[in-house]
Amino acid sequence: MLNPKLKLNPQIFSDDVEQVPIRKGFGQGLLKAGEEDVNVVGLCADLTESTQMNLFADKFPERFVQVGVAEQNLVTVASGMAAMGKIPFCSSYAMFSPGRNWEQIRTTITYNDRPVKIVGSHSGISVGPDGGTHQALEDIALIRVMPNIDVISPCDAIEAKKATLALAKSGKPAYLRLVREKTPIITTEDTPFAIGKSEIYWIPDVGLAQVGIIATGGLVSRALLAAKELEGEGVKTKVMNLASIKPIDSEAIISLAKECSAIVTVEEHQIAGGMGSAVAEVLAQNFPVPIEFVGVRDLFGQSGTPNELIEHYGMGKDAIKEAVKKALKRK
Amino acid sequence: MVKRTITTIKMLTQEKIKELEKKANDIRISIIEMLVEAKSGHTAGPLGMADIFTLFYFHTLKHDPKNPSWEERDRVVLSNGHICPVLYSTMAHAGYFPVEELMTLRKLGTRLQGHPHREYLPMVETSSGPLGSGLSQAVGMAIADKIDKKDKERFIYCFMSDGEMDEGNTWEAIMLAGKNKLGNLIAIIDRNNIQIEGVTEDVMPLEPFHSKWKSFNWHVIEVGGHDFLYLNEVIEEAQAIYQKPVVIIAHTIPGKGVKEFEKNYKWHGKAPSKEEGEMALKELRAIGERI
Repeated sequence: MLNPKLKLNPQIFSDDVEQVPIRKGFGQGLLKAGEEDVNVVGLCADLTESTQMNLFADKFPERFVQVGVAEQNLVTVASGMAAMGKIPFCSSYAMFSPGRNWEQIRTTITYNDRPVKIVGSHSGISVGPDGGTHQALEDIALIRVMPNIDVISPCDAIEAKKATLALAKSGKPAYLRLVREKTPIITTEDTPFAIGKSEIYWIPDVGLAQVGIIATGGLVSRALLAAKELEGEGVKTKVMNLASIKPIDSEAIISLAKECSAIVTVEEHQIAGGMGSAVAEVLAQNFPVPIEFVGVRDLFGQSGTPNELIEHYGMGKDAIKEAVKKALKRK
Repeated sequence: MVKRTITTIKMLTQEKIKELEKKANDIRISIIEMLVEAKSGHTAGPLGMADIFTLFYFHTLKHDPKNPSWEERDRVVLSNGHICPVLYSTMAHAGYFPVEELMTLRKLGTRLQGHPHREYLPMVETSSGPLGSGLSQAVGMAIADKIDKKDKERFIYCFMSDGEMDEGNTWEAIMLAGKNKLGNLIAIIDRNNIQIEGVTEDVMPLEPFHSKWKSFNWHVIEVGGHDFLYLNEVIEEAQAIYQKPVVIIAHTIPGKGVKEFEKNYKWHGKAPSKEEGEMALKELRAIGERI
């Protein structure tokens, strides 16, 4: 059942659950952050509307910088603004930022310790018809390997708004990973969010869980659907929303592994280097248990609808259920 | 071009020029000493830029070495971080840290990293080394000051190399600065015509350099890089222009001060041996005595 303590959306399993693009929550969060702090500024590389920065840009045109299609400039100009006390959010598609400008982020933001927030929208395979060139499946790996930067991957628009507001106050570099497609609203305004913390969204009706599912981003809703069906089939699981990939909530992950002795990770990202790898790094060093990884298996994406692609590349509800059963057998 | 009324023209007297020449020579001596001790690093660029750095840190800049985080200071971004021996040497001679510390260059635990790192040496404005990103950061600083209406109170200076003009990131910054008419931004290019693998016009031609910048809506000034009087005049011109960003293309002699090193790209990226260093120091000390 949904964890009653977390005030999650009771409509999550209904067919007509409200669906909102996660990036929209970022847009609303940035607008609010801008209202709360005059030092918040926005920079965009010709994708203001599709990254939802237009809400901020329309309200605060004097605090918005349009850099054109120039992602290397996007983050380095942001670094300079941060040097003067600004709190810059710079948005583009994840494939271009941090895809194209990785070294600039490393040298001028993380090494240089400037509190710039890199917002990578349109991440993952669910970008859909635009095809493989536009599907960032490597961005978590690219960023989390760098010292001195947080990586946040919200599960819905409401969490994205909270994450944006938290990052505006965090005082350090961060990467906010967003997906383009509408995703079901899982949380409510009252659901807790904190950088560095995870939450268990699904718990067994009674007793201990047999498998722990750790999901991030747009696939958390599918992980919950899988958990619900598994419960009906007699398999008890817990579903953790790991929105804060870095800093990672090691304590909660170890505790989940201790309870379940088997883990499944779920992410719209290459298995190599992603959230699952981060979880594996924690568990291998502290409490090794069998882990099954749901993600993209060393392949590029292609054109298709988001749902088709998620199924085709083995990240759908059934693939998650299968991974859980496989993990169970390995216990 | 409309010019701003300058209320703080800083004239250079003959006496001051002598003092600057002496200081620049001392800074060059320190550069050689630190590079010989470090056994690696860049020689030509730092020697070539010693006069310009001296003028800035001992005459032009609004700064306070005893209070490096003074909010109202001008900002200096060194984009081509590899010429940091001249930055370190100038800053030490200006009083930011002890001159003796220069001998720790590139050694384990030093504040003087092989390329500047702000975390270790907070009195530098940015960490740099990978080329082509300094101007963007300076553009960001200039935009921030415009937002805060501080753009008439201080300047953002960016020191760059000609070699790094090969980088696409630089041109992205040039475009944005032109678009936003950043009159509080002044770029100074070390036009010494060399880069690691040879002469710039062989590796990747930059000419017509002046008109390239001009076509991106910058005010362009060219000047010799070793005459304090002329350099000071063009800096004043640059400060007076407030409708556009300004670039000063400073024609410098790489390796300036040591005949063996001058105008030879092979000295771009290596340090003098002990013997070469002794020869260079002898030459520089003789120059010092003549000033």
